[in-house]
Amino acid sequence: MGGSASLIPRDLLSEYQELTFLSKQEILLAYKRFSELLPREERENACSARVPKSQILTLPELRANPFQHRICHVFSTSETRDDSMSFEDFLDMLSVFSDSATSDIKSHYAFRIFDFDDDGTLDRKDLEQLVNCLTGQGEESRLSSAEMEQLIQNILEESDIDKDGTINLSEFQHVVSRSPDFASSFKIVL
Amino acid sequence: MTEDTETKLISKPNVGKFGTGIQSYFSFLRFLVLLNFIIFILMFSFVTLPTIISNYGIFNSTIAYISPKNIDNVCTVYKPSGNKGLVYFYTYLKDLLSGTGFLEVTSLFYGYYSIDAVWISIMRYNLPLAYLLATFAYLALSFLWIIKRSVEGFKHNLVHDADPFQSYCNKVFAGWDFCITDPNAARLKHRSLQYELQTDLQEEKLKQKIAERRMEEKLRIYSLRVFINIIVIAILSGCFYSIYRVTVFSQENSNDKHNTNSQVNLLVQYLPSIVITLANFIGPLIFSFLIRFEDYTPAFEIKLTLLRCVFVRLANIGVLLFSLWSQISSCGSDKCKPCGYNYKVYPCWESDVGQEMYKLMIFDFIVILAVALFVDFPRKLLVTHCSCKLVQWFGYKEFEISDNVLEIIYGQTICWIGTFFSPLLPVIATIKYFIIFYVKKIVLLHTRKPAARPIRASSSNFFFLVVLLIGLLLAFIPLGVSIARIIMFYVIALARAHKRVVEQLREQLVLESRDKMFLIRKIAEAQRYP
Repeated sequence: MGGSASLIPRDLLSEYQELTFLSKQEILLAYKRFSELLPREERENACSARVPKSQILTLPELRANPFQHRICHVFSTSETRDDSMSFEDFLDMLSVFSDSATSDIKSHYAFRIFDFDDDGTLDRKDLEQLVNCLTGQGEESRLSSAEMEQLIQNILEESDIDKDGTINLSEFQHVVSRSPDFASSFKIVL
Repeated sequence: MTEDTETKLISKPNVGKFGTGIQSYFSFLRFLVLLNFIIFILMFSFVTLPTIISNYGIFNSTIAYISPKNIDNVCTVYKPSGNKGLVYFYTYLKDLLSGTGFLEVTSLFYGYYSIDAVWISIMRYNLPLAYLLATFAYLALSFLWIIKRSVEGFKHNLVHDADPFQSYCNKVFAGWDFCITDPNAARLKHRSLQYELQTDLQEEKLKQKIAERRMEEKLRIYSLRVFINIIVIAILSGCFYSIYRVTVFSQENSNDKHNTNSQVNLLVQYLPSIVITLANFIGPLIFSFLIRFEDYTPAFEIKLTLLRCVFVRLANIGVLLFSLWSQISSCGSDKCKPCGYNYKVYPCWESDVGQEMYKLMIFDFIVILAVALFVDFPRKLLVTHCSCKLVQWFGYKEFEISDNVLEIIYGQTICWIGTFFSPLLPVIATIKYFIIFYVKKIVLLHTRKPAARPIRASSSNFFFLVVLLIGLLLAFIPLGVSIARIIMFYVIALARAHKRVVEQLREQLVLESRDKMFLIRKIAEAQRYP
């Protein structure tokens, strides 16, 4: 622990503390885990290196998560759009999923994660993909099309206020604010 | 609370991956071990310990026996024979299994506590009163402890189970627990989410169908339900009647001292337990078959079947006690007049009831162990390690939480009723649940596929405690009746002794008046002839 503290310059560390919801220990732990994903030669410059998506997905916190690809995509700031993550992207992700993040932030990012086609609304196709992610991969774990239709109908009834057939960000945030399980389930702790 | 954090809180983390229902089951078992142990400490320290101390004269204690002069001697004569002389080894085994012989004279049964008071230096310890108060104490303790635990569970239940909160949006948008890191746990969560969503959708469709039923449909369904309920009542009556007959037969035969074939004798003694266990096994099978025709929503089906199973198990015990009682008070030809019950055949009926409860408990224990070790375990091993198609199709019995819980509650009700007649029964119950805990855990952990179907309504801790409370309240009834009868017998014997004393006094008065007449005559004679 003492070793990694010296690898992040102090001003950077305090800047991270201010910009994210993470505490100092959490940032240092994140740094340690992030640099373990890099090959040995690049560990010195962990702060500026980018880790490819395939490496990120080996993290135990993400490998069992059905939304792993969406998470990488949403938090990645890579210009080449290869979903690779820098240390700051990684910190961003951990900050949103941390205990101390506000539910507004969480619901905002949840919306972006669930928006599979990135069009700014959750339409039927998004919801269908979302449900399939929940029930698992494999033919026998999917809902039948009649069940899916009924389920999406119910979801839209509960959340689509303007009845346009899609859920926008504010409708999503409204419905999630009434959900008792959201805050405790939308959490990743290293 | 997420699955993972809950798992960390329970000290046996490897059971947590099987889902919260099974976790609740094991924590329930742990609670019962503790409860039984505390009840044992209570009864032992207030009832057994003073008796043993005074019997061996420790601490300068002496005993005051029930004084024979003011109570009819006949009702309190109880001479259990124990085992005299040289006996075969299997006699000890038979006695161990049926509570007779050498066990009958120990502090295990009511008959041991026949003393009136214990004097420890200058303090007088009223043993019968202590016995009664200890009984009330353990019942009250169990009641309060269960209530306390259910209040905690109720709060948890309200948040996590009540249907209005579980909207579809909540299940879909907040359904996935992002803390899951283990691929197996993830698989389990996928399956449980799929099952939950499918069940909810089915229920909704069914509710719609029910709302749209026409009048003829409704009439047909209601008459079908009435018919099936009549069948259920008929089956229950059949069960009760067979238990009654078997108990009467068993009591008559075991009181017949000429029957010396001990294996058959043992079988006859265990006949009520065997029949009750069979009824407890077949009843639920029939109920779950019949309920399909009654066309309820899945959640209500589960609740109703469970209710019926609970009723069968607890009512069977009640019927057994009732049949025992009818035997004890069966007075052919004026046999009961002195004491109110058949004192010739049952000199100490409380010990006999205690023996029946003891036998029930031992048999229950043997059956649970036997089924776990010789049926579930080989079956799971076979399915896990042999990939032959036939075996896989045969499948394995999933860990049916509700059945297992009902089994335990049945055993605990027997313990509560039996402790009054057999004060050391709780320690047997403690050991029994302790062993069952580890046996069930080992059997559960030796399978690759954990049970995936989460039956929300019946796997919550709150539900277990409510059913346990029903068992406790039902245990109050036979205990209340027994205590009332004991007091009644005491009063009857006292009244009869009182009547005898009054007659004796009257006789004495008559004699005295005759004496007086004789003396007066003599004096008159002496005066006439100075």
